[in-house]
Amino acid sequence: MTITDLRKKFIEGSYTPLDAYADMRKVIDTDDEDINAFIEVFEDVRESAVTATERYEKEGESTPMLLGMPIAIKNNILIKGKRTTAASKMLANYIAPYDATVITRLKEQGALFTGGTNLDEFAMGSSTENSAFGVTKNPIDRTRVPGGSSGGSGAAVAMRASVAALGTDTGGSVRLPASFCGIVGFKPTYGRISRHGLIAMGSSLDQAGTLTNSVRDSELLFDVLKGKDRFDATTIGEDTYPKVQTKEKYRIGIPRDFLQEGMDADVLEVFNANVSQLVSEGHEVVDVSLPLMKRGLAAYYIVMPAEVSSNLARYDGMRYGLRVEGDDLLQEYMKTRAEGFGAEVKRRILLGTYVLSAGYYDAYYGKAENVRTMMRAELNHVYETVDLIMTPTAPTPAFKIGEKSDPLSMYLADIFTVPVNLTGVPAISVPGGTVDRDGVQLPVGIQYIAPHAGDERLFDFGKKVYDEVKGIK
Amino acid sequence: MERKDIEHLAKLSRIAVSDTEADALAKDTTSILGYVSEIEEIAGSTEGEKRVGALFNVMREDSNPHEPGVYTEDLLNLAPERAGQYVKVKKILGDKA
Repeated sequence: MTITDLRKKFIEGSYTPLDAYADMRKVIDTDDEDINAFIEVFEDVRESAVTATERYEKEGESTPMLLGMPIAIKNNILIKGKRTTAASKMLANYIAPYDATVITRLKEQGALFTGGTNLDEFAMGSSTENSAFGVTKNPIDRTRVPGGSSGGSGAAVAMRASVAALGTDTGGSVRLPASFCGIVGFKPTYGRISRHGLIAMGSSLDQAGTLTNSVRDSELLFDVLKGKDRFDATTIGEDTYPKVQTKEKYRIGIPRDFLQEGMDADVLEVFNANVSQLVSEGHEVVDVSLPLMKRGLAAYYIVMPAEVSSNLARYDGMRYGLRVEGDDLLQEYMKTRAEGFGAEVKRRILLGTYVLSAGYYDAYYGKAENVRTMMRAELNHVYETVDLIMTPTAPTPAFKIGEKSDPLSMYLADIFTVPVNLTGVPAISVPGGTVDRDGVQLPVGIQYIAPHAGDERLFDFGKKVYDEVKGIK
Repeated sequence: MERKDIEHLAKLSRIAVSDTEADALAKDTTSILGYVSEIEEIAGSTEGEKRVGALFNVMREDSNPHEPGVYTEDLLNLAPERAGQYVKVKKILGDKA
């Protein structure tokens, strides 16, 4: 089921927002105690669904685009009056005092918010196992992770508890869950969607993104969410980057040398099947060299923790969030942060503090920023000869809960996605096929990366080649 | 990275760590730093620009974004402790100061 399908039915009256709410609620009541996609299910949705149903009866097609659409929201995006936890004990009782810009824009179009979805604490993780509110399970195989950090959003859409979801993507946190849950995940060009009201992790990398059942739905949501925002000075206008044209047939570059190490053989087979399909449909596929791309992860694990250590300094127990009593102010800070943050968050704050400290700043942070500039130049060079770049979204399908116990092996799940955030380009993960694990067919995502401001090209290409959730046409 | 290095960083970060926690963090941080230290080799000796993306000025009118006071109650209600229109915290200056 897609937003496009629902819209048609809502207008006809053959299926109403109230029906959609009831069906969604049934799924949540039956399955979510086990899957744990939601930190909180909003109880006021029913009322809004009733109002939306009445509006469709009276106004039909002239109703706003997203009226009555049940959409799940990652619980690090502020909705006024709702508890927004970032899956951390630090913000377990934090009530958002205002709406994020993405929420304002969805509200203007009449969307219904089904609930706040689970995530890795402060969006730090690739599996949704690092949540203070418990692990989220993958609806396709409940012994496996849904990917992260927007794992609750991915699971909510995959289990049909919402027609679409919002996530945030700092290093792959929308695309990885999309890949593991068999849906479409989109991360825009840095600056095309406002970050106002997103709980910050790495501000030069963070973007809100969408998890949907079709490429068309991602485009539809993007059109609602995009645009300059006076509350986010990093949002960009239509003319910031040169215009990226859409085409009849595309020339697609594959960084082959990047795909050799650490990939599951059958994931590579699915990838190659997608390549063959593109060729048979008349697109051109060529090898490209992007030697810096595979080194992106090293730069990412310097830049991101540095920004984390700075952004998370605000959680000091004074103005909001958890406060743990201490004998004096310093002890109160130390105790609050010790108790409020989980292990991965502490690890990244300490690492960030280290790479930013005097004597190490140039060797780490300075060099990493150099590498980002070099990566961007390398990409721009490749885009002189190709329209899009194609990689798997992840080297493996969804892994088992508890399988990746050391942090570094978990980080490697993001090897194909982090270069996209480091350079600020847009990317989409679409379901490209499945692989067999213990008799279960697990989805494999294919990632397409466009030049800066090439978001519309991704949608144009995606709609041509990829069907709804079934994957390749 | 040793326990004492972690303890120093933890103090700078205002996070209390136990000995067991410090040892685990020392192990993890050492392996992560080992991995990211290849950055030196990748960047080489290039004196590239330390920025990503086009730089441009962002200007706006110097005006109030909203009516003064509209968020005051909501924000004060989020404070762990309040005294009237103030957020209540421990004293900032020590006795020795």
